[in-house]
Amino acid sequence: MSNEHNKDNEIKLMKGNEAVAHAAIRCGCDGYFGYPITPQSEIMETLMELEPWKTTGMVVLQAESETASINMVYGAAGCGKKAMTSSSSPGVSLMQEGISYLAGAELPCVIVNVMRGGPGLGTIQPSQADYFQTVKGGGHGDYKMITLAPASVQEMADHTVMAFDLAFKYRTPTMVLADGIIGQMMEKVVLPPYKPRWTEEEIKKNTPWATLGKPADRKPNVINSLRLEAIDMEKLNLTLQARYREIEKNEVLFEEFDCDDAEYIIVAFGVIARICQKVVELGRAEGIKVGLIRPITLFPFPTEKLKKHAERVKGMLSVEMSAGQMVEDVRLAVNGKVPVEFYGRMGGIVPSPDEVLHALKEKLIKA
Amino acid sequence: MNISEIINPANLVYEKPNVMNDTPMHYCPGCSHGVVHKLIGEIIGDMNMQDKTIAIAPVGCAVFAYQYLDIDWQQAAHGRAPALATAVKRLLPDRLVFTYQGDGDLAAIGTAETIHACNRGENIAIIFINNGIYGMTGGQMAPTTLLGMKSSTSPNGREVPTAGHPLNMTNLLAQLKGVCYVTRQAVHTVAAVKKTKKAIQKAFENSMQNKGTSIVEVVSTCSSGWKMTPADSNDWMVENMFPEFPMGDLKNE
Amino acid sequence: MAKFKGAVVVDIEHCKGCDLCVVACPTTVLALSLEANAKGYNFSHMANQEECIGCAACANVCPDACITVYKVKLA
Repeated sequence: MSNEHNKDNEIKLMKGNEAVAHAAIRCGCDGYFGYPITPQSEIMETLMELEPWKTTGMVVLQAESETASINMVYGAAGCGKKAMTSSSSPGVSLMQEGISYLAGAELPCVIVNVMRGGPGLGTIQPSQADYFQTVKGGGHGDYKMITLAPASVQEMADHTVMAFDLAFKYRTPTMVLADGIIGQMMEKVVLPPYKPRWTEEEIKKNTPWATLGKPADRKPNVINSLRLEAIDMEKLNLTLQARYREIEKNEVLFEEFDCDDAEYIIVAFGVIARICQKVVELGRAEGIKVGLIRPITLFPFPTEKLKKHAERVKGMLSVEMSAGQMVEDVRLAVNGKVPVEFYGRMGGIVPSPDEVLHALKEKLIKA
Repeated sequence: MNISEIINPANLVYEKPNVMNDTPMHYCPGCSHGVVHKLIGEIIGDMNMQDKTIAIAPVGCAVFAYQYLDIDWQQAAHGRAPALATAVKRLLPDRLVFTYQGDGDLAAIGTAETIHACNRGENIAIIFINNGIYGMTGGQMAPTTLLGMKSSTSPNGREVPTAGHPLNMTNLLAQLKGVCYVTRQAVHTVAAVKKTKKAIQKAFENSMQNKGTSIVEVVSTCSSGWKMTPADSNDWMVENMFPEFPMGDLKNE
Repeated sequence: MAKFKGAVVVDIEHCKGCDLCVVACPTTVLALSLEANAKGYNFSHMANQEECIGCAACANVCPDACITVYKVKLA
């Protein structure tokens, strides 16, 4: 985790949603476009309260829908601007068209999804059931989205900054995949330092493809995902796939707890990983050699790490607030070497450490 | 006088605008899109705005507009052009930002984006090509298809009980306070072409002066979709489209 | 009133033979050729060159921007 926070390292207490808003302004974001939905509305509310257009010049706009929001992000990103939106599950479903277009047009942007229970209108309680939608490509076509999974209010701030860096490094939409707990929970946070927004000269240098108006000395820039000829479309796909392989090579992030001597490994992301840290503690107190791996990036997934652990542990348990989604990626990584079981709760229920420990014993140790 | 004496750069009175390149346009013979593209090219050249223009292309026949005019373009998802334009203009307020949209794009799938961009008074120009049909997908019924007009999804003619009335978006948009200029034009005669040029120029000037949203509807033909010759299409348009979509300014503030 | 004499040059490979220029011409100068261009269109051409007054009506309504117009004022 980055320690380059503001010089005085002032500790503040705030909600995860609020931390996203502060971090966005501080990292030089040019534009936020959003539509209200629980449990993430504080992101836009905080931005409106902070009025960054008066300080950094950042534009904040409440759009008529999530569809409009994500397309505003597309327009802004097409101009080489640092643009973002945020929403929660049903709203992010509505954005899938735009995300696919952003991926196809190779545009960098940040999307924050503070997940709630689904399907349908669902609940406003926390969930992780948008893992498939995010990591497997919720929109049409072969694309991937870099996905960061924060587990604390501090990471809500840090991941917002990191997401912009990764988005621009790889010209790809990047998702911060949080949930209703981290969005709403108040914790201490040290906010990142202020970075000025890019000047137009910097935009021209950093994103030569941006549409800023065609000067006499270059060809028109066209932001576009349309390739009528199949061979050209395949070429674009090959470019994207090559980029995704680079991302898989360079950007995998995870955290490990007590894995060195572990016989059993729990895999959990986001806030559930914190619950599972308690499970490790409780298990160890009972003499069970259990460890925890917390993927911080969901795409790219820590496949190699899990593969290595599979060579020596007795089994793995994926714990999620869903019907079992990440477990499929854990199984792909382990490739049948050891049993991989799943435990989860759905619809907004947060599993307790006791029930996870019980599941670990029932599904892996007794079996 | 010999023709070779006349054909001399000194005597030039009309040529293709510089902003337009030599790529052959994919439009069907006689399509109104080409005339409007040419006007946009002329105006951007006249205003010396090539380096300050960002245009948004739609989904529909004009999806390839970016191939013909040498300016920076963004190609939008179907109907979303006004959302893109909103963000571009907000982040680059000193630029000329316009969308180019057909009736399916602007008046069906993009209704919400169109109305809300106009209602916020975004400082953009919207060029709205209304030919009452979906050309690109093969002549299906559009929101602006006239009653009784045949299309591939209204083969017996549009009927009110099943398809409702033609939607007059321009009239609706003229009601909105954020909108400063609304006009309905055509490009079927020299006089009409000249009027449309003035209208688009005004819309572009409004965008540069940040006066609010301008809408230039160009009532157009689709010979292929209407299954008529281009000349007959023009006559049919005057006879049938103009009564439903009358020419002239609806708002000019 | 001053008299004008004009001439048009049609970019025949870009012309799609839509006939709109022929209809727009006030002095019946233009006609579609019996020959076809590479794409198979009967392109527009000056069939009655003497009558051209260089008004550019044809070019104004041309959807394919393939007409260039020249005009001289006769003494």
